[in-house]
Amino acid sequence: MNKPIARLAFVATSLMVVLVIATTYWQAWAAGGLADRQENQIERVAQFTIERGRIVTREPAAVLARNRPKRVAGRTLFFRRYPPGGLAAHVVGYSTQGRSRAGLERSRNDYLTASNQNLSTLVESSLDKLTGATIEGNDLVLTLDMRAQRVALQGLAGRCGSVVALDPQTGKVLVMASFPTYDQNVIERNFGAIERVRAPCKPVAPLYNRATYGLYAPGSTYKVVTAAAAIDSGRYRAGSRFVDPGYCEVYGRRVSNYDTTRPFGNVDLRQALVNSINSVFCNIGKDLGSKLLVEYSKRFGFYDTPPLETPDNERAPSGLYQRTRLFDPKLDSDVDAGRFAFGQERLLVTPLQMAMVAGAIANRGAVMEPHVIDRIVSPKGTIVTRSRAKVYRQAVKPETATIVASMMREVVRAGTGTAAQIPGFVVGGKTGTAETGVEGTNNAWFIAFAGRKQPEVAIAVVLEQQDGTGGQLAAPIARAVLQALLGGTANS
Amino acid sequence: MGTPPLSARNRELVNLVGVGVLTAVGFASVYIARQALVSSESLTYAALFLALYLVAHLVARYAVPDADSYLLPMVALLSAIGLTMIYRLDPDDAFRQSLWIVIGVLLFGLTLLVLRRDYRILESYKYLFGVGSLVLLALPALPGIGQTINGARLWVKVGPLQFQPGELAKIMLIVFLAGYLRDKREVLAQGRLKDFGPLLLIWGAAMVVLVQTNDLGSGLLLFGIFLAMLYVATGRALYAAGGLVLFVVGAAAIYRVFPRVESRVSNWLDPWADANGAGYQSVQSLFSIGNGGFGGTGLGRGTFTTTEGNPIIPFLNTDFIYSAIAQELGLVGSAGLLLVFMLFIARGMRVALVAGDGFSKLLAAGLTFGFALQTFIIVGGVLRVIPLTGITLPFVSYGGSSVVANFVLLAGLMLVSDRANARP
Repeated sequence: MNKPIARLAFVATSLMVVLVIATTYWQAWAAGGLADRQENQIERVAQFTIERGRIVTREPAAVLARNRPKRVAGRTLFFRRYPPGGLAAHVVGYSTQGRSRAGLERSRNDYLTASNQNLSTLVESSLDKLTGATIEGNDLVLTLDMRAQRVALQGLAGRCGSVVALDPQTGKVLVMASFPTYDQNVIERNFGAIERVRAPCKPVAPLYNRATYGLYAPGSTYKVVTAAAAIDSGRYRAGSRFVDPGYCEVYGRRVSNYDTTRPFGNVDLRQALVNSINSVFCNIGKDLGSKLLVEYSKRFGFYDTPPLETPDNERAPSGLYQRTRLFDPKLDSDVDAGRFAFGQERLLVTPLQMAMVAGAIANRGAVMEPHVIDRIVSPKGTIVTRSRAKVYRQAVKPETATIVASMMREVVRAGTGTAAQIPGFVVGGKTGTAETGVEGTNNAWFIAFAGRKQPEVAIAVVLEQQDGTGGQLAAPIARAVLQALLGGTANS
Repeated sequence: MGTPPLSARNRELVNLVGVGVLTAVGFASVYIARQALVSSESLTYAALFLALYLVAHLVARYAVPDADSYLLPMVALLSAIGLTMIYRLDPDDAFRQSLWIVIGVLLFGLTLLVLRRDYRILESYKYLFGVGSLVLLALPALPGIGQTINGARLWVKVGPLQFQPGELAKIMLIVFLAGYLRDKREVLAQGRLKDFGPLLLIWGAAMVVLVQTNDLGSGLLLFGIFLAMLYVATGRALYAAGGLVLFVVGAAAIYRVFPRVESRVSNWLDPWADANGAGYQSVQSLFSIGNGGFGGTGLGRGTFTTTEGNPIIPFLNTDFIYSAIAQELGLVGSAGLLLVFMLFIARGMRVALVAGDGFSKLLAAGLTFGFALQTFIIVGGVLRVIPLTGITLPFVSYGGSSVVANFVLLAGLMLVSDRANARP
């Protein structure tokens, strides 16, 4: 019987070999694929064993995202809390069990979970894993000023829109508000509540960041770019004279000024901006041509997705749009340069881009790279990365910027933007009331810069689907936010 | 060299002490990783565990001095790995499991003592064992005492006692087959049709077990043991092959009739199709294995509960203990565990090879193959090599009947080994 026993022994041990091979397959070959699967409960739990870094602001100090530790079955799990609810929801974003993420929680997940790899963190995290110590993530310190952020959201007062404020010299994002907003604490438990958010606009879309993803016709705020192009190209000066007949003729059709009751007559470029005279800019546009206008817009950052630390797909580039795609005219005649020059045509912009325009004028023509993370701090308190002021584009010559800035100051002193005056501060701005094609539903815009002597803040405010002008509706919000920001720095 | 070779029992002792040290290390790491939940009493487990196996060793020293010296230490290692893992998952279960190990060791000692003169007297009672195994198999089907757990009717409950009679029936069936086949092997080898009556009867019994228990695993195990022993007895691979075909045909027919078996098979073919429903257990078990990777998370550091504290994998410490081990000990640990199984099988088959008489050979081969096949069915099921069925991993899974029955199996192998080695 020994021969069959030997064969049986071979079969029995072979069965074990099969098991070893199968185990090797699942643990070595297929392990990566298994970890990536959405159904994987272990991976789902594992992300809660990491003490995710906090997201905070420093001046004034506020916590935007922190962890609530909870003991579950003998181990500490860290659940995410967002103390200010929806105050900076679109910047901070969220991180959920379903492993869906948004905002900085998504784009900076590596830093927050300490899985950003360089040699020292790699050694550290491997040691942590070996000793079973909780992995602690890095904290994000944001540049936002939460007091001003609150003022911005209160200013929007239930109207859809956005406020973006920057430090024009450094590119620090001081305010990035978007309404309607949402409470990140609710995402996990009750997503339906977010879908049911009501707001007086269509689409309501509370999850998307209007500041960087909302595309609006800029209206007359765009005249700042046109004026800068006109002067910078050497074709016009602030004192160049025009005659305003009350309308401008493009392709044989008349385009009227906003105020159709009276023509302004004989004016110079400065007065044209102060009173926002469409016909003047229309003629400048026709003279410069749409290709040069596009060229200048690009120098301000249009046609590129503006740099920021939030996820790429939460930001949109500004520019001329053909349906849903950016459109770069090959010929001057592809675009109606007259209407383009005063911010109509197919031009669509984000509030962030318009804040960058105001910032460039305030910063001697240099667009600074916007950033919302000031520094990333390791659990031990060492600085992992620190953001520095970087020039993103030199939009126009410093002299051009100085001239346009003085024109914008005049807009606030004696023009359409008087509602933004702040006693004791220098404020320059430009209003915009962009038609959307539907009567009584304009986009009300205001872009501005302000400071004690030199510009310290640049801002863009937009309100959707309004029955009123940018000067009436958006300028007061800008004023309140600027006051909150400048008042805060006045004492320091 | 200068030192004389160790005697079999002294070798066993040295190995057992080694296992004791390993066990202490295992419990210590669970203790370190989970201080908040388990107390330092965990370390006393290791001490008691070693003491228990020393008792078993002393009995073996007295009753079967010439028996294979590696079988007992390997069983000690397997049960230590199992107990450590069960302790890590639930200290209360570990307490019950260690009681069962005590009972198992007692029964092991008792079997050795009772049968130490000549176990071959069992052969005279072969039909008693045959009938006994049938009765045990039928018990769970009886109304009143039969219990259905996790969809399989494998349990019997009498008062507070709950056990799986199938585990003991397996061993009784092996004893019966060893006696019966030794008797009839020449006749069967001639291949006359009328001699295959009992064979078809056993095939029928396996199918009945399959239907009645609603579980593919037990039926496959019993029938597989039978085929292996038939092959050893007759030397005819054709019988084994033919039997396997019969089983597959029968199982395929049942597959069409019984939805539970059908769902098991379709889950096997594609567990991702319904990953949150029918395939959930299987899929999460694969995640657990994959999560272990090469080195594992370390004892006590794996993830077996959701963020709400509920278990991710149901029946983790019985059917799925292998996925728990694979996660915490990694490929290194799980492959090591399988190697211990493989070594045990090799030693067991060696016992069958050196045994002097047909009954002993058949008994040792049957017991060893039963052990091997059971391991393959459950671990193979967990690893998706075959459809998943709910049987225990010998000595490792939580479960009293399994532990006790497998200790009896060990006693049988050591008895045969002692006799074989003692021959001058």
